[in-house]
Amino acid sequence: MLSIKNLHVKADNKTILRGINLEVKAGEVHAIMGPNASGKSTLAQVLAGRDSFEVTQGSVRYQGKDLISMAPEERAREGLFLAFQYPVEIPGVNNVYLLKAALNAIRKHRGQAELDAVEFLGVVKEKMSLLQINEDLLNRAVNEGFSGGEKKRNEIFQALVLEPKLAILDETDSGLDIDALKIVAEGVNSLRSDDRAILLVTHYQRLLNYVIPDYVHVLSDGQIVKSGDRDLSLELEKRGYDWVKQEVANA
Amino acid sequence: MSTQSKEVEALVKKLYQHGFYTDVETDTVPPGLNEGIIRLISKKKNEPEWLLEWRLNAFRHWLTMTEPNWAHVHHPPIDYQGISYYSAPKSDKALPKSLDEVDPKLLETYEKLGIPLREQEMLAGVAVDAVFDSVSVATTFKEKLADAGVIFCPFSEAVQDHPELVKQYLGSVVPPNDNFFAALNSAVFTDGSFCYIPKGIRCPLELSTYFRINAANTGQFERTLIIADAGSYVSYLEGCTAPMRDENQLHAAVVELIALGRAEIKYSTVQNWYPGDEHGKGGIYNFVTKRGECRGNNSKISWTQIETGSAITWKYPGCVLTGDNSVGEFYSVAVTNNYQQADTGSKMIHIGKNTRSTIISKGIAAGRGQNAYRGLVKVLESADGARNYTQCDSLLMGDRCGAHTFPYMEVKNSSAQIEHEASTSKIGEDQLFYCTQRGISEEDAVNMIVNGFCKKVFKTLPMEFAVEAQKLLGVSLEGAIG
Amino acid sequence: MNAAAGPVERYLAEFARVKTTLAGAANPPLQQARKSALARFAKSGFPTRRDENWKYTDIRAIEKRTFKTAEPSHDGIARDRIDAVRFNALECHELVFINGHFSKALSRKPTLPKGVIVDTLASALEHRGGEHLEHLSQYANDGANSFAALNTAFMADGAYINLSANARVDHPIHLLFLSTEQDDALMNHPRNLVILGEQAELTVIESYIGLDGAKNFTNTVTEVALGRGAVIEHYKLQQEGFMSYHIGSLHIRQSRDSRVYSHSISLGGAIARNDIHTVLAEEGAEVILHGLYMASNRQHVDNHTRIDHMSPRTQSVELYKGVLDGHARGVFNGKVVVHEGAVKTDARQSNNNLLLSDTAEVDTKPELEIYADDVKCSHGATVGQLDKDALYYLRTRAIDEDAASSLLTYAFAGDVIHHIKFAPIRARLEQVVIRRLPNMDRIRDIL
Repeated sequence: MLSIKNLHVKADNKTILRGINLEVKAGEVHAIMGPNASGKSTLAQVLAGRDSFEVTQGSVRYQGKDLISMAPEERAREGLFLAFQYPVEIPGVNNVYLLKAALNAIRKHRGQAELDAVEFLGVVKEKMSLLQINEDLLNRAVNEGFSGGEKKRNEIFQALVLEPKLAILDETDSGLDIDALKIVAEGVNSLRSDDRAILLVTHYQRLLNYVIPDYVHVLSDGQIVKSGDRDLSLELEKRGYDWVKQEVANA
Repeated sequence: MSTQSKEVEALVKKLYQHGFYTDVETDTVPPGLNEGIIRLISKKKNEPEWLLEWRLNAFRHWLTMTEPNWAHVHHPPIDYQGISYYSAPKSDKALPKSLDEVDPKLLETYEKLGIPLREQEMLAGVAVDAVFDSVSVATTFKEKLADAGVIFCPFSEAVQDHPELVKQYLGSVVPPNDNFFAALNSAVFTDGSFCYIPKGIRCPLELSTYFRINAANTGQFERTLIIADAGSYVSYLEGCTAPMRDENQLHAAVVELIALGRAEIKYSTVQNWYPGDEHGKGGIYNFVTKRGECRGNNSKISWTQIETGSAITWKYPGCVLTGDNSVGEFYSVAVTNNYQQADTGSKMIHIGKNTRSTIISKGIAAGRGQNAYRGLVKVLESADGARNYTQCDSLLMGDRCGAHTFPYMEVKNSSAQIEHEASTSKIGEDQLFYCTQRGISEEDAVNMIVNGFCKKVFKTLPMEFAVEAQKLLGVSLEGAIG
Repeated sequence: MNAAAGPVERYLAEFARVKTTLAGAANPPLQQARKSALARFAKSGFPTRRDENWKYTDIRAIEKRTFKTAEPSHDGIARDRIDAVRFNALECHELVFINGHFSKALSRKPTLPKGVIVDTLASALEHRGGEHLEHLSQYANDGANSFAALNTAFMADGAYINLSANARVDHPIHLLFLSTEQDDALMNHPRNLVILGEQAELTVIESYIGLDGAKNFTNTVTEVALGRGAVIEHYKLQQEGFMSYHIGSLHIRQSRDSRVYSHSISLGGAIARNDIHTVLAEEGAEVILHGLYMASNRQHVDNHTRIDHMSPRTQSVELYKGVLDGHARGVFNGKVVVHEGAVKTDARQSNNNLLLSDTAEVDTKPELEIYADDVKCSHGATVGQLDKDALYYLRTRAIDEDAASSLLTYAFAGDVIHHIKFAPIRARLEQVVIRRLPNMDRIRDIL
């Protein structure tokens, strides 16, 4: 599904990613972990098409296509979803209208009929209860006045409605209390399926207690320096990141 | 300029759709402004002596005035002698009594503009007065309104049929010497709409006037007077368009509203005069004086304006809050693109006790557009308990436009509470990215964000006009309106 | 001076009378500069209310009065009067001017660090060479401002401060301008010039204080030029007599990454007008303007500020507060201009006013003029009364309504004063503000 080869990325003339290699297949859940400023969020943003980053080397193929040359909305319509670390507020734009417009844009792209308001609400209602989103939140302006937890829940809720092929969750667990974390984790788990891949970008392994990853990668200084399975994340939790850095330095 | 700005700018570029010209035979007076022309206009309209005198006094005063230069706009000097002050389609009858007598070419023109005047096609629930250059050519639903006792007719007709009302209220809110353009209008105004809503009547239809400038080298100087008697309610809308021409044309209107005790007037404008081309050539100079007076206690006047057209807009619809507990409102969206300039805002004059006013202004500047908010909130000594809230936000699209805010607050009463907030920002890259990441095209995303930015104002428009207003801003309704 | 002549003629005559006694009389270019400034003044005359910058301030009271240039004389001022207005608890360098003339005897000038010049302007004009004076009149824009032009023509003395690169004065420099009651109404035109080299740091305090029943006219101009990364903290404390007139302006040019922190406290004068104009000429420059104006009786106080963002990533924050009582009138006009190309500008401004009486008045006009996109600008202005909930809360805590009002008014004004770094200045202002409040005796105990 996603094949990243030797990806180098620069922003403001500073190299942030220095040769990322990663293969993600449908049905898999990968966790990208790493200390602050290791380039985790940059990777998520670059995959979604943020134009403030410049790809200087390497390639990213998504479902056999060159991802880097695609506009952000094309990527989204092809099923790539980014749950933002800091979802932006858009005053005056209703949350549910944004979602309806998004879903219909994606459906149209897939050659499916657009949903009318009633059908759309049917889809939405079902997913709302899972994430305990209430109607009021749905009818407010996008992210405006949402609490931190509401914003994160809303992101996962959008993922559920839009049914992506590749969901990238950027620090979706940060700033959540334990109850909210469980709700979000349940949402993420319900996203798991054989034809869908999930990329979890996170600093802590807290979320991974609830969403068990198939693979864990450690990103440090713009490179994946270690890969493993779930045990690696537990070890990181116990020992921090320094020992990995040390290992890299010694190698 | 960043690519981002370029893209955004490309998205907001759109073609003017009402730029056609109707070829009709006209009765047009030669250019020039003097007492003779004013006498001629007055004679053509068969006006009483007092009105001619009123015009001439205004003209004599105008001669002593100079064009205001404080607005944040620039234009070459206007040659007031180069303008023809009267132009009307030739017709057998001075005032057509029914639609059958109206030149089919004119009906066709309004149809093209989306304002069908023929009986079977008329917009349900909206009575329309159609003003073509210097005259009103048709008014719909007259009978239905008459049944309710509502007078809605061309201004020239009101002068003939209801002279006592005209005499009592004309110039009572905007005196002839109020400002340079109001004085000019008072001297040479030709037509416009007149409304009177009797005591206790809720006007059964939306009233609307559609202004069309057609002839070249003319100006349009219309005069609108709306009187809402005690306890009445009326909602009035106006729309305006003009052909595309390389020359600038002057539109200097005066609108006066009077709300007596407990009366409410809602006045909405969708202004789409020809804005000039992308190089700033041509377009209408829209220099307009609009003012309402809440003369009675507990009355309310609410202005909403969507200003997308005109090369230059200079207007400050305001409310004189004379009656105790009266309420004034002003909601505005002003868009300037290419070389358009807007200097617009509101004046709220608090005189009565516990008077309240709200100003919400949304300015959008794109291209090389210059968009200025200018407002005055004045609280006189007598206005105990006055309240004002003003919010003016500007959105910048592209890096060659300008957005300016000039609010004046003059407060002479210690119990007043006045609050003003303003912000300026560019259309957010984060917001655009968020929408496109959800699969929405950049164009739709811009429309959505702009629409969201203007939402507070659109909400105050009657439904039909809200739709038109959003279209005007290039806002696609799909996905933005549920 | 011939009182019957028009105002401009009176000033021309006064100039002819005193020009040979003004500093630098032997310096032809300076004499020429004075003359041409006077000619500019003569051409434009005093501003009228038709001038947008003077829309709310009528200065005809100044225009019609005759003021005489003061002679250098310090008779009759008791030492203790001066001690009362010094900041004795504050370790500082202090230059004292009586009616515009420097008094060496009253001044305190401890040893200065290397690279620091603190001189009087008169001495600088007489003795210092070109490079010291090349900044003079570069920022005050006296072509557009007739009071500044008048100042350039008549400037007699003031401070000349020059810090070379990396120089730093640990203690504030206090410029104390005293205005005293004399037989004639006096005018004085203080002029200060402050130049900071790269990374230099300085705190300067300008105090304008009226003694006795002074009914004078002070027309002051201060110019400040900041090198790269230079930092200045500037205080202006205006406590002229209630029968005096004060017109003052501060003009600043800021180089890259320089920083200005200005506090302007305006309490005295029958008519007081304070202008601050800063030009954020280069990238990264930053300015904070804090202001407090309090007026009562028939006082008129007008604050005009203008901030020009000329370059990218410049920042401004402005907070002005006004408390108006009696028949007083307060005016605020804050203009922020973001010029083409000044992207990533961040400008915030707010002006809050309290009207304490039914006859007080305030006119406020915050303005934004923006010619660049990618900026964050906001302003807000309020006119209102004290928070009713807070009043209620205090009353439930057994404080009576009058005292509670005063307390909240003090808190409102205190917002600006609390930002003042130097305790002795803060303490003095707190006392002055409390004295100005209704029911001051009652709240003094509470505070």
